[in-house]
Amino acid sequence: MTLFADVLIPMMEVNPVPWARAQMAFTLAFHIILVPLGVSWSVMALIANYRGIRRAEADAIRLAQRWSKYMAVTFAVGAVTGTVLSFEFGLLWPQFMGHWGEAFGVPFAFEGLFFFLEAVFISIYIFGWRRLKPWTHFWTGVPIAVAGIFGSVSVVAANAWMNSPEGVTLDTAGNVVAVDPLGVIFNRAMPLMAAHMVVAAYLVGGFLVAMVYATAMLRGRRDRYHRLGFLIAFTVAAIAVPVQMGVGDGLARWVYSNQPVKFAAIEMVPTTSSDVPETLLGHLNSEGQVVGGVPIPGLASWLSDPSTGRATVVQGLDTVPADERPTNRQVNVVHLAWDIMVGVGTALFLLTLWYWTSWIFRRDMPRSKWFLRCAVAAGPLAVLTMEAGWTVSEVGRQPWIVYNKMRVEDAATTNTGVWITLIAVTILYIGLGVTTVLVLRGMSRRYREARRFEETDSPYGPREPVKET
Amino acid sequence: MDTAAALLLFAAITIYAIFGGADFGAGFWDLTAGGAQRGERPREVIDHSIGPVWEANHVWLIFIFVVLWTCFSEAYASITLTMFVPLTLAALGIVLRGASFAFGKAVFRQRARRSFGAIFAVSSVLVPYCFGAIAGGIASGQVPAGGRAGDPLRSWVNPTSVVMGLLAVSVTAYVAAVLLTWDAHRLSDEAMVGYFRVRAVAAGAVAGAVALVGLFVVRSEASYVFGGLTSRALPLVIISAVAGLGALFLLRGRPHRGGRLAAIAAAGALVLAWGVAQWNYLLPETLTVSAAAAPSGTITAVLVAAGLAVLLIVPAFILLYVLDQRGLLPEEGVDDEPGRGPGASRA
Repeated sequence: MTLFADVLIPMMEVNPVPWARAQMAFTLAFHIILVPLGVSWSVMALIANYRGIRRAEADAIRLAQRWSKYMAVTFAVGAVTGTVLSFEFGLLWPQFMGHWGEAFGVPFAFEGLFFFLEAVFISIYIFGWRRLKPWTHFWTGVPIAVAGIFGSVSVVAANAWMNSPEGVTLDTAGNVVAVDPLGVIFNRAMPLMAAHMVVAAYLVGGFLVAMVYATAMLRGRRDRYHRLGFLIAFTVAAIAVPVQMGVGDGLARWVYSNQPVKFAAIEMVPTTSSDVPETLLGHLNSEGQVVGGVPIPGLASWLSDPSTGRATVVQGLDTVPADERPTNRQVNVVHLAWDIMVGVGTALFLLTLWYWTSWIFRRDMPRSKWFLRCAVAAGPLAVLTMEAGWTVSEVGRQPWIVYNKMRVEDAATTNTGVWITLIAVTILYIGLGVTTVLVLRGMSRRYREARRFEETDSPYGPREPVKET
Repeated sequence: MDTAAALLLFAAITIYAIFGGADFGAGFWDLTAGGAQRGERPREVIDHSIGPVWEANHVWLIFIFVVLWTCFSEAYASITLTMFVPLTLAALGIVLRGASFAFGKAVFRQRARRSFGAIFAVSSVLVPYCFGAIAGGIASGQVPAGGRAGDPLRSWVNPTSVVMGLLAVSVTAYVAAVLLTWDAHRLSDEAMVGYFRVRAVAAGAVAGAVALVGLFVVRSEASYVFGGLTSRALPLVIISAVAGLGALFLLRGRPHRGGRLAAIAAAGALVLAWGVAQWNYLLPETLTVSAAAAPSGTITAVLVAAGLAVLLIVPAFILLYVLDQRGLLPEEGVDDEPGRGPGASRA
């Protein structure tokens, strides 16, 4: 009885806001890992497919075929976790959707369109290996790649709108009375944020797939098939990394100019000044002073606008009232996430530099086992940078759900049972994540065991049988 | 304009109810097919029928949500606040169903397949029940306007909701059984044609009985909708009943296309009847379509997206169906397990 009265009843009357935030953060953090695979894996499969048909390479065709089947699994998991998000918009943030859905929802109308196309063509591509003509089949894969890019751009447009809520006219009570859909979709935050996410999708997807083949090569499977799998995926990532550094730099300057408070949180700047140091690590104490860390003099100012150099003024956190900016704890989260993103991103850049240098001088990938070990580590590290970057964007916007227009606490559901759904969703998703990995590994093991049976499973056969080499 | 958005919403709900519903119904027959041995052949037909197209069908649900929250955001807020529990259950069911279906295709050990199959089947019944119950709650005026929450329990545990939930389960089972009869025929499996024909008749009878009981419940619990059903929506109700019986009649001999179309028409007319009956309310007697509608800019954008969808997705869908019906998208992977052929033992 006391358990019920003292523990359960108070639990049922908890404030739903932190639980809703935790559930949204958790489900998004999960879904965002599947996004890169959905967006970029199809492109990698198409590269292998193209090469396979062009050069009649059986290994490349086999690679493309298997990738498409793994893709089917990750796409299905991504589709269901994405569906959950569309439930959660309403279940967790009904006031946000009720008030702003008319604007925020617009990009999703187009996202639905692209997702539809992706789902249709992925079905055709996956099931079309045996009976469609090779080039016809190849072209049914292209819309998957195109729709993947436009679909993620649409979703990011909605998120960008939360940072830069344009295209709406409000009455004096703050209600939306008119919407300019193009203004909503092409809000000023959208181009760079969307580019940052799409490039991240190729970066993370490439490193994740390369990780699998690097592991296989370390275990001695250095045949043509595994080498090709590694080369295609790692090259995609190695092209994406330098591009991402440029896009990310541009986005940071956009935040400097348009969301100065978020920028102050990123750089951990309590008061406005010039010659602001770039503090590596460190944190704000309860008084809001910077403690610890390694300051690099003037670098934050210089990076914000190289044309004015160290004289560049960076706006401090204290320029807005405490309840209109992230709390000190949130600032610490944002700053740490920023350091992780930039730090690990730089490490990944060095790894791709190693790769490209080796290609330039030796016309081959690095031979060292250490390179492969680093490539294995790059998979999870790439995911980490993406999660960190997303944390910077979302926590840095706090306390706003719609920047300077609606607070997170005013947007959340009043259902006090959210803690139950958070627990249920957590358990379900952990099961889902573990099962996904087990199923993918099981598929790969089965493919290895089944190699000698493969003559009967040749793609594009019997129309155009591919000979085993 | 507002009307066009509401029509779009109801069109999407109808299509989802038919095609998504057929997938759910197939899951129902999977659930009731019996043990591993007895249920093996019906399950083969079921697996075959929802192979390549399952994912595309469920994108309709996302489309429904998008139209609802974009064009009718206040109603969306009210519905999600009020229907928190059944929507959460449906969401969990969809995760379990989608994931277990995909995993089931990708794994080959019989035991693993069976547990994924069980999860798939149970959630296939749970989800349409929840959606039916939500529709019942909306029809009987349990969802208040203004982005406010109604009764968290009574809004979906009430006579109309229970009847609509059961109706959703039985209608999806009926449509699926009719379509599966056709699929079994295409697979030249005459025994399974008979198997699903019996089930189509049984599910049709249950659906008809539930619908009849439902009319009485709706009369006392949702008088506005009842008024609509017996006046402006009456033709649709009649079409639904006639098509439903007609589909069973057409099933007598060799299955042919007419039976499939009639079953689809029966389910579609039923959903449309609901929509017409509660017109011009989005939430009966509290929120009209025009009061709920978003500013014209938003509606235009959504209609443009829908127009593009018709231009791009319809041909894509037709391509998918044509390729599938011609057998150009064969089920793959099942026979690439070493040693597993027709004669291989199953653990």
